[in-house]
Amino acid sequence: MSNELNKPGRILRAPENFIDASLSQAITKDGLNEERRNFLRKSFVVASAVVAGGAALTQGVMAATFEGDPNILSHTEYDQSLGLPVASNPYGVPSKYETNLQRRESPGLTQVGGASVSFAPLQGLFGIITPSGLHFERHHQGWHDMDPAKHRLMVMGMVKNPKVYTMDDLMRLPSVSRMHFIECGANTATEWGNVAVPTVQYTHGMVSCSEFTGVLLSTLLADCGFDKKNGKFVLAEGADGSGMTRTISMDMALDDVIVAYGMNGEMLRPENGYPLRLVVPGVQGVSSVKWLRRIEVGDKPYDTKDEVIHYVDLQPNGLQRQYTSIQEAKSVITSPSGGQVLLGKGFYNITGLAWSGRGKIKRVDVSADGGRTWRTARLETPVLTKALTRFNIDWVWDGSPAILQSRAIDDTGYVQPKLNQLRGVRGTKSIYHNNAIQSWRIADFGEVTNVQVN
Amino acid sequence: MYKLTKIILAVSLSALSLAAVAQPLPGIGRTATVKEIAAWDIDVRGDFKGLPKGSGSVALGEKVWEEKCESCHGTFGESMEVFGPIVGGTTKADIKSGRVLAMSDGSEPKRSTLMKANTLSTIWDYINRAMPWNAPKTLTVEEVYAVTAYILNMAEILPADYVLSDKNIAEVQKLMPNRNGMTQDHGMWKVKGKADVKNVACMKDCIKKIEVTSALPDYACDAHGDISEQNRHFGAVRGADKLTACNPTPSIAELNRIHNTPYHAKEGAPTIVAITRPTAVAPVIAETTGLDLIKQYKCSSCHTMTKKMIGPGFAEITVKYKGDAKAEAHLSSVIKNGGGGVWGGFMPPHGHIKDADIKKIVQTILSGK
Repeated sequence: MSNELNKPGRILRAPENFIDASLSQAITKDGLNEERRNFLRKSFVVASAVVAGGAALTQGVMAATFEGDPNILSHTEYDQSLGLPVASNPYGVPSKYETNLQRRESPGLTQVGGASVSFAPLQGLFGIITPSGLHFERHHQGWHDMDPAKHRLMVMGMVKNPKVYTMDDLMRLPSVSRMHFIECGANTATEWGNVAVPTVQYTHGMVSCSEFTGVLLSTLLADCGFDKKNGKFVLAEGADGSGMTRTISMDMALDDVIVAYGMNGEMLRPENGYPLRLVVPGVQGVSSVKWLRRIEVGDKPYDTKDEVIHYVDLQPNGLQRQYTSIQEAKSVITSPSGGQVLLGKGFYNITGLAWSGRGKIKRVDVSADGGRTWRTARLETPVLTKALTRFNIDWVWDGSPAILQSRAIDDTGYVQPKLNQLRGVRGTKSIYHNNAIQSWRIADFGEVTNVQVN
Repeated sequence: MYKLTKIILAVSLSALSLAAVAQPLPGIGRTATVKEIAAWDIDVRGDFKGLPKGSGSVALGEKVWEEKCESCHGTFGESMEVFGPIVGGTTKADIKSGRVLAMSDGSEPKRSTLMKANTLSTIWDYINRAMPWNAPKTLTVEEVYAVTAYILNMAEILPADYVLSDKNIAEVQKLMPNRNGMTQDHGMWKVKGKADVKNVACMKDCIKKIEVTSALPDYACDAHGDISEQNRHFGAVRGADKLTACNPTPSIAELNRIHNTPYHAKEGAPTIVAITRPTAVAPVIAETTGLDLIKQYKCSSCHTMTKKMIGPGFAEITVKYKGDAKAEAHLSSVIKNGGGGVWGGFMPPHGHIKDADIKKIVQTILSGK
């Protein structure tokens, strides 16, 4: 039996027949201006009349020749045979039909896989939890699958009693389970100057969200008797080849930083730091040091490689902003999004993600006309601090060109900026912390592409 | 009744003991030994706290560089082939001012390490903890001083006869070309920091004229592969087979191909057509090839398909072992157990790769395909 599902009578893309091809292409290429908009309005009056006639004709044809969908009229290989027994897959895996949504590298971004990034396929994910196997990856010197029995965490420096903990020790301690996003500081970095990549996977796929379980760092610092007067910073260090190191302020360390071993109900995945990682909520992902093996308490920041040579934000005056940690409020429509094609006119659920490193998402607005008018989207629950929040909004596509945007507002009142507002302050060379409003242009024939607008 | 009281008593007692957990936590962890702390406490801070005593010369640095650094970072530390450049873009005037001019005038599009770094400790610390790339933490203290000195020599910050040491490193810090190039005056260090960019949540008539200022450039069109295979074949949308952004004036025939659906001819009435695009296609799960495995195991970290990078290019291996009956066994062993000397470098062992996969990789390389 063929897998093809015929949808008899489906009408495809009528209006462009009535628009001069050069105008249609100009709109697709350059967006709308008022002149073209007026022209389009006139065209649509003609187009919709003919389409309506066509629809009537279709139903006539259907009645004569169409008996029904063979997927309904015939039995299937599933409903007339025995299925597989329980525990056929002792550790379940996705359907064999789900091979398209994968972590992917962005070609040309880096030359070496061990110091690179793979992006999460946001274009097809639902809700706010990123499946652990699709969580974006960022490694600085490759990843290892480390033996938990040999893993140790040392807490030392300005403490009364420097201590060594095994996984046994850590997993006996009071645990917390909290959902937080992790976003690389360089997420959306390719878009500072101009559009450079086609899809939301590559523009925004360095953000993921998980439920992390572990012990609060504050519990361990108290256990070692940290110097409350002079201990102003902690250094977190990884057990990988890069010996990844990042400075975290004591305020944050005592607030909500988690020494995590659990992720979405299971242990961390090796690519995400198994068996132990730091989770620094709201802060760029590089601080959430994976394969965590050492915490040092000190009185000054540590000036590590990723605080001096990378993860510094170059400003137009030539100065680099150092220790830019917070991921400010940001959102993106994940579908429809760049590289996708709509299936014809009619109803769509515009869906996307919003998050803020300073707290909770308060509101998300969506525009379908390039930012001219906005409507407020529905926020799905839960809406949690420093976690992804899912938003949805109804939309009926009338077949005309459109530009979709989303705009997040967090509970500090901060409104996600437009790209030209960000550039006005920070220029185009700061690489990190691009939280601008994203624009997706929909052409009259349904294709969605990545664009930037004024 | 007596039993119940006893239970309540027990429960309240354990609640008491829970509430009374004191620091330090009883029975959890142990005190770190002096030796353990020394083994792991390797970080060196901007003020050189943590820097081990020792020294190393530019001359030794050059030797180490040629052996262990040059293959990735280039003869002059300028290479961008594998990693970002280390040396370049700094001037004598920058050394004087402590601000690298090229950071603001845009004259060096690719920022080098020495253009960016304000603290010398960072370079010492990073070489010590993470270099060389495929054998981190194997350099001696003297070698780390020496390589640091040689990098500064290549940037004309230190003379060729210099010996860098814990005694003089603070003086050398004063020569760092971008030592005054950092600012912490921003609101992004703290959760309660002040934002530098302000937008307002306008709801209608926000913009008069919408202009598209940027779209996907031609060079990026096909770079990310077939987008239709990066989306589901069912659901609200599909992935585009080929982005029309890459093809700004598509013909009707091309649009048909792009969408795999009949597209209206310009002339004539609207055509009523059925979607011919399959909506649920079983993905073809192709057999994993040697090339897939080479990709999967990131062999490209050290090898290219053609020329020598850190290790030899695969084409070079193909040529060298052509007709050698023992080549398959030999190369399999080198991948699994490591090896060295043949190409002037060292291949680390890859015990995690399955034998069957190694076999496939070696056969692919030897076949030259």
